[in-house]
Amino acid sequence: MSKHTAAERVALARHPQRPNITDYIDALFTDFFEQKGDRLCREDPAILGGVALYHGRPVTVIGTRKGKTAEESIRCNFGMPGPEGYRKALRLMKQAEKFRRPVFTFIDTSGAYPGLEAEARGQGEAIARNLMEMSRLTVPVIALITGEGNSGGALALGVADRVLMLENAVYAILSPEGFASILWRDAGRHEEACGLMKLTAPELLSLGVIDDIVPEPEEGAHVSPAGVFREVDRALSRHLAALLKESGSNLAAGRYQKFRKMGVPQASPEK
Amino acid sequence: MNTIFAKRRARLLAMKAIRDNYIPGDQLVACPGCGRESQRKDVSEGLSVCPLCGYHFPIGAYYRLSTILDPGSFRELNPKLPAGDPLSFPGYREKQRAAQRKTGLNEAAVTATGTISGRRCVVGVLDSRFFMGSMSAAVGEKITLAIEFATKSKLPLILFSASGGARMQEGILSLMQMAKTSAALARFSERGLLYISVLTDPTTGGVTASFASLGDVILAEPGALIGFAGPRVIQQTIGETLPEGFQRAEYQEEHGFVDAVVPRRELRDVLSQLLRLHEKGGRG
Repeated sequence: MSKHTAAERVALARHPQRPNITDYIDALFTDFFEQKGDRLCREDPAILGGVALYHGRPVTVIGTRKGKTAEESIRCNFGMPGPEGYRKALRLMKQAEKFRRPVFTFIDTSGAYPGLEAEARGQGEAIARNLMEMSRLTVPVIALITGEGNSGGALALGVADRVLMLENAVYAILSPEGFASILWRDAGRHEEACGLMKLTAPELLSLGVIDDIVPEPEEGAHVSPAGVFREVDRALSRHLAALLKESGSNLAAGRYQKFRKMGVPQASPEK
Repeated sequence: MNTIFAKRRARLLAMKAIRDNYIPGDQLVACPGCGRESQRKDVSEGLSVCPLCGYHFPIGAYYRLSTILDPGSFRELNPKLPAGDPLSFPGYREKQRAAQRKTGLNEAAVTATGTISGRRCVVGVLDSRFFMGSMSAAVGEKITLAIEFATKSKLPLILFSASGGARMQEGILSLMQMAKTSAALARFSERGLLYISVLTDPTTGGVTASFASLGDVILAEPGALIGFAGPRVIQQTIGETLPEGFQRAEYQEEHGFVDAVVPRRELRDVLSQLLRLHEKGGRG
């Protein structure tokens, strides 16, 4: 297991050469067909989604998209989705349910976009709706946090039967900079924040927030992408095989219980 | 026997209400809305609304419940649910104790059953005086227990939100409460039960992005700030001044996210009407 500090992992999770959603789709799936638009007002390139084959089985793949080039990054709003992106994701998930396809989500976002138009079109409502609807999907849902998973913007794709993380990915309430700025009014104390936030994969595994860690090279996933894809494939296959044995209603019930248990206080509450 | 307890509860609730909204003497209170001064007594008698401009002052959870529920009907749910420190965050326990001493609350949420014009319901209120009403694991748990209790008892649910968003000191477990409460609401909704969400100043962050936005009917108090990202963050991101009235209740109504903006003094009547309208489940 990697010996990196939390702050070093944040840097690795944000590495510009780190494999992104398009790399994962190319490596793990075939016949990918991209589906665009929320059917309400627009297409949000910050979320990429569609249908593809995974080892011959039709699946729905959805992920946040950070661009690789400057041009692509601007077009994808640096991986910060608006409400249209989340509504598109929900549309694809409901469609997956209709056609009884498993859902894979790939999460790498610094958060939902805090913009004027995003607010005007209901960023909060879009995220809330996804949380509610994902909790009751009757098909297998597996989420993989590949880089940064920040805030409700990440969770909106993360209400899954299995939540997996790459070894150096991070998952948190918001960025360490934002955390330090809110708590201490000093974004400069972000390294200190990293140490307190419990945002690394091993910490989250012991808190029960995630279910499994996918190993990556000591120097980060970008050093040997092919090896990382193999490990991800192995993990996805294993968890999918287990979930495919469950009925739809069992999956939804199990997912409810999984999130229901999170943050239950130690002392038993009196009625 | 039950009547005695009900009366005792009513008295305790009234005492708490008075304490929460206790405004001494005939001093003047300045309104943050219009800047003018009014007699404290006048503000207090108008349910903490400025008599000059209609600005709605923030009010405590128990006082809120006393303005909504029939006298004597209040029964608190899970009042002893303990505040937690799931990440063992340095200095957090001390801050919690200070907030508890200051407000007399255990945590930022109070949940109860009671009646409104004789109709039984489950009501939850977030109190912005306790860590800005932010979502801790205890808040998420209390709200979820209230939703589950309403589901089991087939009762309508009313949640009053007032929240700065996530509880920083509980980090990722604060985030998980969004999924937990939203999932509980999915089950509640599947049973054909009514959920009314009332948004009060301010409703932001993780609370907006979970249970506050999922009401069958969404009401808001006039002037309440309602949004996912706070105005300061948005201004920093886009580098422009935000338009007048941005993210206020009236703006959200205009943009399709609120059914009605309801002044505090009319709220009880509107809730009562909505409960009556949903009583027979449309089957006559």
